[in-house]
Amino acid sequence: MAITPPSNLLWWREPVARTELVWIIIAFAWGLVMFFMMIYWHGAGEQNLSNEAYRISAERFTEKTNEMIESHEVRKEGNFPVVRPPPGSDVYLIARLWHWWPILELEKGQSYRLHLSSLDWQHGFSLQPTNINVQVHPGYELVMTVEPDRAGEYAVVCNEFCGIGHHLMVGKIYVTE
Amino acid sequence: MAEAFRTCPTTGLKVHLPAENLIKANAVAAVVFLAIGGFFGLLVALTRWPAVHLLPADWFYLALTAHGLDVLLVWIIFFEMAVLYFASAVLLNCRLATPRVAWAGFVLMLAGAIIVNVAVLQGQSTVMFTSYVPMKAAPHFYLGMLLFAVGALLGCFVFFGTLVVAREERTYRGSIPLVTFGALTAAIIAVFTIASGAIILIPTFLWSLGIIQHIDTMVYKTVWWAMGHSSQQINVAAHVAVWYAIAAMVLGAKPISEKVSRLAFLFYILFLQLASAHHMLVEPGVSSEWKIFNTSYAMYLAVLGSMIHGMTVPGSIEAAQRRRGLTNGIFEWLRKAPWGNPAFSGMFMSLVMFGFIGGISGVVMGTEQINLIMHNTLYVPGHFHGTVVAGTTLAFMAITYLVIPLIFRRELVMPRVAKWQPYVFGLGVAGISLFMMGAGTLGVARRHWDITFAGAMLPYDYPGAAFLMMGLNGLSAVLATIGGIMYVVVVVGSVFFGRRVEGPVELGPPAPRGVAGGSDLPAAEVVGQYGSAGTLKIPGTVALVGVFFVCFVLYYFVNWKYLSEIWPLR
Repeated sequence: MAITPPSNLLWWREPVARTELVWIIIAFAWGLVMFFMMIYWHGAGEQNLSNEAYRISAERFTEKTNEMIESHEVRKEGNFPVVRPPPGSDVYLIARLWHWWPILELEKGQSYRLHLSSLDWQHGFSLQPTNINVQVHPGYELVMTVEPDRAGEYAVVCNEFCGIGHHLMVGKIYVTE
Repeated sequence: MAEAFRTCPTTGLKVHLPAENLIKANAVAAVVFLAIGGFFGLLVALTRWPAVHLLPADWFYLALTAHGLDVLLVWIIFFEMAVLYFASAVLLNCRLATPRVAWAGFVLMLAGAIIVNVAVLQGQSTVMFTSYVPMKAAPHFYLGMLLFAVGALLGCFVFFGTLVVAREERTYRGSIPLVTFGALTAAIIAVFTIASGAIILIPTFLWSLGIIQHIDTMVYKTVWWAMGHSSQQINVAAHVAVWYAIAAMVLGAKPISEKVSRLAFLFYILFLQLASAHHMLVEPGVSSEWKIFNTSYAMYLAVLGSMIHGMTVPGSIEAAQRRRGLTNGIFEWLRKAPWGNPAFSGMFMSLVMFGFIGGISGVVMGTEQINLIMHNTLYVPGHFHGTVVAGTTLAFMAITYLVIPLIFRRELVMPRVAKWQPYVFGLGVAGISLFMMGAGTLGVARRHWDITFAGAMLPYDYPGAAFLMMGLNGLSAVLATIGGIMYVVVVVGSVFFGRRVEGPVELGPPAPRGVAGGSDLPAAEVVGQYGSAGTLKIPGTVALVGVFFVCFVLYYFVNWKYLSEIWPLR
């Protein structure tokens, strides 16, 4: 039994049943399929998170964001500036307690280099309803190239707990035709 | 020192009384914290049920922090200490090494658990179980965690010491039993886990006191999860050992092959340490090569270990049942299994749900790119309630029904309640896992007080189906809570008021008369003998494993399909 020492003292010399052996081989092969699937997707798939990231201070990231806002602000929505940066450009989004700054307006089918960083605690960039989720750290600037493929209004929900105002932290991204 | 032992009338094993007392103390502490943590869990689920929305925001986040700590950490590790002492001193027929150190460990764990709970309830440490920096808790929050960890480490060393004692004093012949081997796996992983915890929590403690100025968020997360995720692998190793133990005690099942089952445990030790990668798949500055190698446990070798157990555990049960004469068709062995015995039913549901719900979702979510559509959504708690609650907690509940008559030597009070308990709890937990995974697929954030975003400067509405999922999740949580209360009532009632057991205990159905090899004990030896490999027939298990594999493959590729529908990114 499993709760007594093996009755056969030389248990490691027992042959393995064929049923077990076949399952081990299938399971191992399936593991290889899943392993190479990730590598394959880097070549063939369109959804791969970039590895590009830098260390950055909160001040520097704020500066770069403000530069973008000054050059490309198109209107205000409440207190939030709405920024329409040119396609292909560098776009900055600040995460801080408890909002995303500013509101972005992107063009469908164009690509943008989206920079994400936090000025205080960790936050979670959760773009809804398309459902893209990326962690945002203070002190690190993540740069990923995004290509919105459907027009509409998107929300950026914070999905990393960041204190008592966490559930109020919603940002907005417009995608226009 | 002969008086320090009693002889178990059921198994004939010598039971070291100090070991028995430690098993009792740790099991009782575990159940107390399960009750506390479960209560907080109910509050959390009722708050996330949009129609109820029970707690105000600050209490919700506080209750969520306490829920995670009390059940994920305190309940499970206290129970694991009991499993370690049982698998060493009791199964090896020997004395426990240094019971005093074991008691010191117990006191440290208890003190640590109480301090952490106090810190959380004081309201200055609402930082979630993960306590990601730079969010800061009160210093005694980290101190309590450290004390708890040191106590658990002492327990592991007592376990190792007991293995040495048993070998020196020759209390068993040959190799240690498979269950002890599984417990050894858990203890080895625990040492690695606790070391990682110390490496990150000591500096964080000093930082909370103002002695250290800065802790890097990425370093914190990488090392913290070397503790946080590896500690879940302790649970896996421990609850797989518990599956084997229950199958052996109730049905006399023997492993199909000692070699294969032990190898599968060895895979856990060799590859599970890479698990912190599962939490780093969408973080800045981590290379894809690192992510792919580590998140797959070096080409899924630890997953392979679990998939092997997924065949060998039901396979050993089927072989044992067929040996009893239940040989009709593919599934008579399963149909006529002791479903009224809560130890067996709990164990078997734990096995099935761990594989189908927790296991498959974990591998899918841990795929580098697929994590993009699941990270920090409710899919994550959906997954780990499938592993840690449906898997570990249900298995631990199941073995309690054997520990009460054997170690506490009490009969179960309210046997009918006990009989239904695993089903009620199991069904509730299956609902919790599946509905949270469903809500997560729709993008709903985890650790979030209000998915209507009332009062937010910018609005957003999740799809209506998400609200339905959250309601069903709340209902399931109520069901699981009822199951949890049934468990606590039966356990506490039996321990304090159960009739004393004097003679041997019936652990499982007796072997049918006239069946070859049927003996008085249910422990008829089944397979695992030299030469038995060639005659092994487990068609029912093959069918079950086949169904599992098809589900796994389909679900895996369905999620690649979901991924391909989001915005292109690179």
